[in-house]
Amino acid sequence: MGSPCLKTVGAPSLEELRNSPAFPKSEDFMRGPIAVIECIEEIPCNPCETSCRKGAIVIGDPITNLPRIDFEKCIGCGICVAACPGLAIYIKDYTYSDEEARISFPYEYLPLPQKGDVVQLIGRTGEMVCSGTVIGMQNSRQNDRTTIVTVAYPKNFFDEVISMKRIKNKS
Amino acid sequence: MNSFPIVVIGAGPAGLSAAIEAAKAGAKVLVIDENLKPGGQLFKQIHKFFGSRVHKAGVRGMDIGRQLLEETKNLGIEVWLDTEVCGIDQTKNIWAIRNKDTSVNIRAEKVIVASGATENAVRFPGWTLPGVMGAGAAQTMINTNHVLPGKKILMVGSGNVGVIVSYQLLQAGAEVVGIIEAAPQLGGYGVHTAKVRRAGVPFYTAHTIKRAMGDHCVAGAEIVGLDAGWNPIPGTEKVLKIDTICLATGLTPLTELAWIAGCEFTYIPELGGHVPIHDLHMESTVKGIYIAGDISGVEEASTAMEEGRLAGISAAADLGCYTAEEKRKRTLEIWDHLNALRCGQFGQKRRDAKDRILAVGKEMISWAVHV
Ligand SMILES: Cc1cc2nc3c(=O)[nH]c(=O)nc-3n(C[C@H](O)[C@H](O)[C@H](O)COP(=O)(O)OP(=O)(O)OC[C@H]3O[C@@H](n4cnc5c(N)ncnc54)[C@H](O)[C@@H]3O)c2cc1C
Ligand code: SF4
Ligand code: SF4
Repeated sequence: MGSPCLKTVGAPSLEELRNSPAFPKSEDFMRGPIAVIECIEEIPCNPCETSCRKGAIVIGDPITNLPRIDFEKCIGCGICVAACPGLAIYIKDYTYSDEEARISFPYEYLPLPQKGDVVQLIGRTGEMVCSGTVIGMQNSRQNDRTTIVTVAYPKNFFDEVISMKRIKNKS
Repeated sequence: MNSFPIVVIGAGPAGLSAAIEAAKAGAKVLVIDENLKPGGQLFKQIHKFFGSRVHKAGVRGMDIGRQLLEETKNLGIEVWLDTEVCGIDQTKNIWAIRNKDTSVNIRAEKVIVASGATENAVRFPGWTLPGVMGAGAAQTMINTNHVLPGKKILMVGSGNVGVIVSYQLLQAGAEVVGIIEAAPQLGGYGVHTAKVRRAGVPFYTAHTIKRAMGDHCVAGAEIVGLDAGWNPIPGTEKVLKIDTICLATGLTPLTELAWIAGCEFTYIPELGGHVPIHDLHMESTVKGIYIAGDISGVEEASTAMEEGRLAGISAAADLGCYTAEEKRKRTLEIWDHLNALRCGQFGQKRRDAKDRILAVGKEMISWAVHV
C-alpha cells in the first residue's frame, strides 16, 4: 500500500501528505489563508467538493478520486472544514503576522475553549508541539455542531501543528 | 388475522427506505421492529456520514434517521414497534410477538426482510467478564442511553466501526488506551484513524488480546504481538490498565428469518458469511420475499438505503403499483448509485462480492427479469 505510516501509525506522515495531490506546496502557503486537505485514501466521499462555493475542490467521477484543490480559487473561507465528515481539512495562513501563523481546525469535543485561551497545539500523532492563543470560534448552523477553532501560533511550528489538545473535563 | 400487501421487517435505514418507496407508489405497508424506537443503527451514528450528496453525505446518521422517520410519518406508513418477528413460512404468513406478551399472525403478499446484522465476538480467557462488550453495544450506551461503559477502554479491531466508536467514546469523555489490530495494517478509513491518532490514541498493529484480567470485572488486558503467520510472539506481552474491552471484530448478517422462510444461501466471507441469494431487485429465491441492507451482506447505511429502495420499488411494482418501465428506470438509477458507492480501494471488494451473489441469483431465480 502507498501509505505505510497512515496504515500503521494511524496518521499520515508529512512525506505521505506531500505526495498527495491536494497538499499545498510552500509557495501556496504564501498566498494567505488556504484549505489544507489531509485525505490521501480513495474513499467514496465528496462533501468537500460539493460544499465549496468557489469550485476550488474537485473530486469528480468516480467519487473515490482523491480531492484536488485549486489554490487560485480557494479563499480560505472554511466552509469545507465543517462539511468534511473525515475532519480532514483545516485552514492555514502563513501570512497572518510576522511571527505568527494561523490555523482554523474542526473541533468536536466539549468543553470548548474560549476566545483568548492559551491552548496546547498538537501534531498528527497527538504529540505536543507548542502553545497558541485562541483568536476565534465559529459554530454557525451550517457547521452542524462542528466548531471551528482558530488559533494563532509561532511560525516555526507551521507544518507540524494540526489541532489542539482536548481540554479535560474537570470531573 | 392482520393482512397487509407489504410487510417490512426491520425499521433500520434499509427497511424504512423500502417502506417509503413502496408507500410512495401507493402500496399499503406495515413496518415491524423489535425496538421501542425505529431507526435501526442510525440513531447511534452521531457522526457525519461519508458518500455523495445523493447519499446525504456530511449529514449526521441520527439526522438521516429523523428524515426517514418524518417521511414515514408523512406517508402514513404503519409502524409496529416492540414487535419481534419469530417466523415466516413460505406462504408469507408472519408470526410475531407484540409488546413481549401477545402473539400475532400477519398475512403478507410481499415481505421485505431488512433485519440488519449482529456483532461478532472473539473469545479469549476472561471474555465473559463484565466490561467486555461489542463496540456497537458501547455505542448504543453512550449515544442512545448516555451512559459511559467505562473510563479506560481497549478497542479490539481497527475497522471503521472500531475507530468511529473509539472517537465517540473520547467525545463522551472516556480515555481510549489503545486500539489493537491483528492484521499488519489498519482497517478503517485513514481519515478516521487520523482523528483518533491525533487525539493521542495509540494503535497496535499485528497485536491481539491474550486475556482479560480481573476477578469480578475487567481490570486490565494482556495483549501480545503477532508474527507474519498470526502466531503470538512470546515475550511481546504487554499489560494495559483498562476497565472496558470493546470488540469491533466484524458483523454477521442476521439471516434467521430468511433461513426459516426457505431462502437459498451462498457463502460470501467478504460480506460477513452466509447471505440470501438475490437478484438485481433484491428478491430472494422465494418469490415475493425480498431482502435489503446488512442482511444481504454487511456494508453501510448508504448502501442499505439504496438496497431498501430497490426492494421497495420491486415489491410495489410486483403488486402493480409501478409499471414495468418505471420499475426498470428506477432500478437502473439506483444501481448507478450503488456502483458509485462500491468502488475504490475499499468498495471494489464489496462490489466483486455482490456480483458473485447476483451471478448465483441469475442461475437460481428463474423468474428474475434482468434489466
Ligand atoms: C458500530 C457501528 C457503526 C457504524 N457506522 C456507520 C457509519 O458511520 N456509516 C455508515 O454508513 N454505516 C455505519 N454502520 C453501518 C450501518 O449502521 C448499517 O450498515 C446499517 O444500519 C444497516 O441497515 P439495516 O437497515 O440493514 O440494519 P439495521 O440498521 O441494523 O436495522 C435492522 C433493524 O431490524 C430489527 N430487527 C431485526 N430482526 C428483527 C426481528 N426478528 N423482528 C423485528 N425486528 C427485527 C433490528 O432490531 C433493527 O432495528 C455502522 C454499524 C455499526 C454496528
Ligand atoms: S476554504 Fe472555502 S474556498 Fe477554500 S476550498 Fe474550502 S470552501 Fe472552498
Ligand atoms: S469530504 Fe473530507 S473525507 Fe470526504 S473526500 Fe473530502 S476531504 Fe476526504
